Order: sequence, then C-alpha cells, then structure tokens
Amino acid sequence: MAILHTVNKSPFERDALKACVRMASKGSSVLMIEDGVYGATKGTTASNMVTDAMKDVNFYVLSADLKARGVDESRLIEGIKVVNYSDFVNLTVENDKVQSWL
Amino acid sequence: MKFGIQINEGPYTHEASTTALNFVKAALEAGHEIFRVFFYHDGVNNGTRYTTPPQDDRNIVAAWSELAAEHKLDLVVCVAAAQRRGIVDEGEQERNGKDGNNIADGFRISGLGQLIEAGIQSERLVVFGD
Repeated sequence: MAILHTVNKSPFERDALKACVRMASKGSSVLMIEDGVYGATKGTTASNMVTDAMKDVNFYVLSADLKARGVDESRLIEGIKVVNYSDFVNLTVENDKVQSWL
Repeated sequence: MKFGIQINEGPYTHEASTTALNFVKAALEAGHEIFRVFFYHDGVNNGTRYTTPPQDDRNIVAAWSELAAEHKLDLVVCVAAAQRRGIVDEGEQERNGKDGNNIADGFRISGLGQLIEAGIQSERLVVFGD
C-alpha cells in the first residue's frame, strides 16, 4: 500500500523526518511542507539520511513554503521534486493513505 | 474524491491552518469534495469571530468563514476542546450559563463522532497540525 507522508517540522527542531524516514516503506512518498522544507536542503546533518532513503522513497517539497523561507531551489538535494498545492492534492489522491508527521 | 480535513493547531501558532486552507482551495479547484473540516485541540481557536489581526496580516478565521460560505463547507469545532478554550455558540452559551458567544460564521460546535464519521465517509483524511 502506497502512503503519502507529510513532514511539517524542520529536522533541526524535531525528529519527525527521522521517524518518518524510518517507517516509510518502499514505494511510498514523503512531502516536506512548512518548516519541513529545511529537510530538503543539501549539506546539512540530515541530508545523508534523506539521500539514503531516496533509493526506496520518493521525496517532494512544497514550492510555496520554500519561497516563504527564501530557500532557493539550487540548495535542494538532487532528486527531490518541487511541487505546488495542486500537486499536493494529486499526491494524496495517487497514494492510498496520508500520514502526517507532526 | 471525497476529503476529510483535520486541523489541530490554532490560526497563528505556526502555519497548519493556512496550509490546510490552501490545500482545501486546491482540492476544490481540482473538482474534489470536502466532506468536512474538523477543528480539534488548539485548532478550535480557528472558530472565534473575535479574532482581530492587524489589517496587513492574514485574517485566517475570516478566510475560513468566506470559503465555507462560497463552497458550503461543513466546519466543525470539537465541543470538549472548545469548552476548554472558550469557544462558544448560542447552544453552549445557554447550556453553560455564559454571558455571550463567539463562534465565527460558517462554524458549528459538535462532538468527536463528527471526526469519526468524516474518517469513514471520506476517501482520504488529511491532518494538519503541530
């Protein structure tokens, strides 16, 4: 069963992303929103965890929340897809369930 | 597709209520149905019409009321969470002997069963919160 996981907290504030990545099974997707978008940036203490997980899990990041924080797309880990709200809705439809890591 | 939305965070805590608003708007634009929006825990603070943010700030409560009017959304505030936080409608005012009420347009106060029903009736339940 494919699950969409949403993470809305920075990996430098809480362990939501870490817990999510540990639980996300092969073929599922993780969408980083709100402060969670910091987890999508490269060269941080969380980047390797994300890069390793990308073998099995699809990663997405919400463009509006990147812009709100002044995070340029050039700072993102390669392979993470930038999506808008319309894509967010489509991801919830394409997956069987939505799990929010708060 | 039919969506249930759960909001656990107040309008000005972090960003969850705004994210939920944007998600609901995008879902409606795509032709999906919003079965219900359930405000739980501190999320009940989204339902007071006494909210008065500065004029250059987002009025999130008013945004929910307007969206509800436009799309006939069912905005439900959890009664137990509302009582704890002073969110009152006419019925609760009478029942608890309060001197007024503050529920915003388009919101109604009801029980947790409404969340369970939303979970059963909706094809996706999406939670926004803290």
